[in-house]
Amino acid sequence: MSRLSIITPDYAQTVVENLYKDVERRITASPPGICPIDISNAFLKMCHAQTCGKCVPCRVGLTQLSELIDEVLDGTATLEYIDIIEKTARVIKNTADCAIGYEAANMVLRGVVGFRDDYVEHIVNKRCRFNIYQPVPCVALCPAKVDIPGYIALINSERCADAVRLIRKDNPFPTACAFVCEHPCEARCRRNMIDDSINIRGLKRYAVDHSGIVPAPKCSEPTGKKVAIIGGGPSGLSAAYYLSLMGHSVELYEKRDKLGGMLRYGIPSYRLPRERLQEDIDCILSTGVKAHTGVEIGTTVTIPKLKEEFDCIYIAIGAHNDKKIGIEGEDKRGVISAVEMLRGIGDNTLPDFTKKRVVVVGGGNVAMDCTRSAKRLGAESVTCVYRRRRADMTAQPEEVSGAESEGCEILCLQSPLRISGDEDGNVTAIWVQPQIAGEIDKSGRPRPVNANAEPVRLACDIVIAAVGQGIEIQPFADFGVNIERGVIGTLADNEITNIDGVFAGGDCTTGPATVIRAIAAGKVAAANIDEYLGFNHIISSDVEVPQPRLGVRPACGRMNTKERSAGERNTDFNLIETGLTQEEANAESSRCLRCDHYGYGIFKGGRIDKW
Amino acid sequence: MVNLTIDNIPVAVEENTSILEAARLAGINIPTLCFLKDINEIAACRVCIVEIEGIDRLVASCNNSVREGMKVHTNSPKVREARKTNVELILSQHNSNCAYCPRSGNCPLQKVANDLGIYDVVYKKREPKTLWSHRAILRRDASKCIKCMRCIQVCDKIQTLNIWDVSGTGARTTVDVSHNRMIMDSDCAMCGQCITHCPVGALSCRDDTDKFFEALADKDKVVIVQVAPAVRAAWGESLGIPRKYATIGKITAALKRMGVDYVFDTDFSADLTIMEEGNELLKRISEGEHKYPLFTSCCPGWVRFLKSQYPDMVDCLSTSKSPQQMFGAILKTYYAKVMNIPAEKIYFVSIMPCMAKKREAALPTMDDAKTGRDVDIVLTTREFVKLIRSEHISVEHLKEMPCDYPIETSSGAGVIFGATGGVMEAALRTVYAVLEGHNPEPDAFKEIRGKNGIREAVFKIGDKEIKTAVVSGLGNARKLLKAIRSGKAHFDFVEVMACPGGCAGGGGQPIKEGYELYAERGDELYNIDENSEIRYSHENPAINSLYENYIEKPLSKRAEELLHTDHTAWEMPLAPEKI
Repeated sequence: MSRLSIITPDYAQTVVENLYKDVERRITASPPGICPIDISNAFLKMCHAQTCGKCVPCRVGLTQLSELIDEVLDGTATLEYIDIIEKTARVIKNTADCAIGYEAANMVLRGVVGFRDDYVEHIVNKRCRFNIYQPVPCVALCPAKVDIPGYIALINSERCADAVRLIRKDNPFPTACAFVCEHPCEARCRRNMIDDSINIRGLKRYAVDHSGIVPAPKCSEPTGKKVAIIGGGPSGLSAAYYLSLMGHSVELYEKRDKLGGMLRYGIPSYRLPRERLQEDIDCILSTGVKAHTGVEIGTTVTIPKLKEEFDCIYIAIGAHNDKKIGIEGEDKRGVISAVEMLRGIGDNTLPDFTKKRVVVVGGGNVAMDCTRSAKRLGAESVTCVYRRRRADMTAQPEEVSGAESEGCEILCLQSPLRISGDEDGNVTAIWVQPQIAGEIDKSGRPRPVNANAEPVRLACDIVIAAVGQGIEIQPFADFGVNIERGVIGTLADNEITNIDGVFAGGDCTTGPATVIRAIAAGKVAAANIDEYLGFNHIISSDVEVPQPRLGVRPACGRMNTKERSAGERNTDFNLIETGLTQEEANAESSRCLRCDHYGYGIFKGGRIDKW
Repeated sequence: MVNLTIDNIPVAVEENTSILEAARLAGINIPTLCFLKDINEIAACRVCIVEIEGIDRLVASCNNSVREGMKVHTNSPKVREARKTNVELILSQHNSNCAYCPRSGNCPLQKVANDLGIYDVVYKKREPKTLWSHRAILRRDASKCIKCMRCIQVCDKIQTLNIWDVSGTGARTTVDVSHNRMIMDSDCAMCGQCITHCPVGALSCRDDTDKFFEALADKDKVVIVQVAPAVRAAWGESLGIPRKYATIGKITAALKRMGVDYVFDTDFSADLTIMEEGNELLKRISEGEHKYPLFTSCCPGWVRFLKSQYPDMVDCLSTSKSPQQMFGAILKTYYAKVMNIPAEKIYFVSIMPCMAKKREAALPTMDDAKTGRDVDIVLTTREFVKLIRSEHISVEHLKEMPCDYPIETSSGAGVIFGATGGVMEAALRTVYAVLEGHNPEPDAFKEIRGKNGIREAVFKIGDKEIKTAVVSGLGNARKLLKAIRSGKAHFDFVEVMACPGGCAGGGGQPIKEGYELYAERGDELYNIDENSEIRYSHENPAINSLYENYIEKPLSKRAEELLHTDHTAWEMPLAPEKI
């Protein structure tokens, strides 16, 4: 017998470890609409398997809890059960010796509070209020409801032009989205249950890179109705596209010189090349949309005048006002706002940061855009300062790591205190207060609280504030448009609550959000404006989706999009990402599980052919 | 064409043919349970699975199409094991009390389990509990439901009422009334299409045969039966009698054998309906253009549909009662006197191809003779077949018998009420005779016949152009109503039947798995019409004597009292989006 020995996992343990990973991925791909009691009972059973068996509350209590909940689900419980479940869970939470027990009980306890109505429904009416209602996870999570399995199958059949046609049924920005969409579609991809989600955006990029120019479909017969759209960003342009296809006469008013909104004036060209954005815009305009650029609403054109001339108005002005950090010294020379900087870049007026030390304040995607742009503008050093932890950043993780590999620094848990300058008013430094992660707040992230440490001085020449954007509401508020909490108040159909025939959507109604949400708002507005004008035009696509493959591709790797090397790309504004190769696109598109055909999708809601 | 082999037999079929279809074309029958062509191809039961060489997992044959060079095996060891296991799994959640199930002997689950030689199930039985109102006419037994989802699909896709939905999630998933409603509180039209498309005994219609036998046993009661036109075209199917021998004469003889006192033909009151509804139409036409058409009202499923989906259009319904209820009202008033039987002693039974008729007979407005109900009970065609079986009547040995005095005659116009378009045609024959002063050719309006769910025709009668439409199936009705409401379509007279194919395809008709028989049944009714001596409702002597001796003329005061009804006098739950 050795005194000590190296512990190596046995075969069974290795298998179990893999099972844990399987469970993790499976939970990631959990479909919405599952009975919360059923799923939490399943978790409870799993927790119970972790019990070591030493202590009473955990060993016995969790079994009893689970059996009580089983009875609720089977419809054999009475209302008293809820109290017994609650009491038992409370006692386990208060008395279990370790987290295996008290956290399991806490989960049940949260459920009894969080979905008590569902407990009551199961007990009283023996029914569950939940149904699986979103059968295709990617489509369900896409705000614009793009037919993702459809276009992936088309890409798999080398029919990229058809893929673009199919995407355009729900989203007139296939190219822009291929480059910059936040791809919420990938989050719950069922392929996670096997290995990893599909690289949906990468495949879309492959489609738009290989489709050639795909003309827009024909417009319906002219209806004689006129719609004015205020704002030439993704939401306004999307609404314009569909309304034009429906046969309405559309005129679009844009304040800036060029169309594209935040796609042009917010997103740097290393993520979305201008000429590629133009492809989408050209297609949209080809449907007959009349665009007036450089027109400011409230001065050259007034809303009452538009209201008079047009049958309907859609307001999609976005959120282009910068927010202040709210610290001392923000008026010093060298403090610029993210919106201002990115707007300049959009108009090709590039600031010169050569030999400058730049600090960016913020933790979102815009902060990352500024950080990475500053590096490209020749800055000597770029530091992004954020008050929470890195994991709490709202920027996409690949943006953060991209910035880092390009030579930028991410400084987390530092809250800006004040900006100091020289006698001429030029920025010399930003002072930050170190933070520690506190208790979890409403956003689910730990609240940053001041650490017991001295403020730190970060010497710099430029401070870029990227702490959020607001909305230029004045001309609209003057006209009487309902403003709620700084944004335009609308109903679910995008109709403005208080003025007939005026709709609004996109960032100006939600605050800064994603491109695909703005596009979805434009689509929704188009449908409801059509309805408002007394029509029921159907937007559909005649592209036939290929039959699904019969076998499933065995577990394999995800084909990730590759990037140019950091050392090469950080000096220019050229595109970072390189698209998938044909070989990769073919392999990646073959991984799609076709949830439109297999599973619930074939029964209900698998394919939305038209809207 | 796509070339493949199925069980080593070379097959060439068109592209996009399902493997199941391809196999059937090659004479190979793959068993199915949930499959319902064009309506439910969701591969849920996994009984139709096949093995394809080169593909690891088994493939559902019902909704996957053939590919070039494919090698399919429908009975490989892997398939055998899987098919049998899947059926055993289904059986583990299925109440297999076949001996007293209404679908016994006519059940694809029973058949497939027997065919596969399943005599024991290793799995523990876990039958879901049923929570269902005992008062409901439409019954659901959760312990028999195999979750094939056909009821949901038929109601969604054919009838567009969405009464059924998946309920719950996980292992407890079942089917129930949508939006967590009770069936009685839903806008169910009670067409019964979910029942006729249920593969097992999960959905059924309340059985009233015991009440019938009780009435026969009651010496104080005179049991009188009316038989709807569509019954004769279908009842023989489950007894194995060819359509042409399954006549109304045999039905009459069978009922008499059971001890029924009088048997009448609902064709008679169909003729009566034509007299009233036809004259309503004439009156309406003479008033000039209307925004909306006059709709027939003889189908209670349709009346329920309109009341729940488009309540603002209820006044477009003809006020004429359905033939069933006209018969009840007139039998218990006028004929009771003619036959010298006190109305309260009459126990009036109708045999109908329909479930909604059970509900219609129970409406508070259907008691003109003040006996409680003008029609005491309604039996479906399926229940009628059950009566014959429980009485051990061998139909082939029965001699045909005529209907009883005093209602011995009916017309071919009345018979075709049982097929889609029949009411329209019968009405036009009479309307023509009134406007032109002479009869049309009996088949002058056959243009409106056909198999399409929506048919339109314009007929010139006298100096009038009558724009007509015929619809069957509530989804089609909804489509037509939308067109009418949006102004895209305009008609004078529209016939609507809730069930596809009209009463011939009614929810109370015999069930034959995998077959829609309404077209054949409808053809039989048109055959009977063609061979009838009387082809016009207004030439039925029984009708003429009824008007002469009692009602006076169509739409008279007495007609309004007995033969017409107020569709707004009872409540119907509204469609969920209307609430």
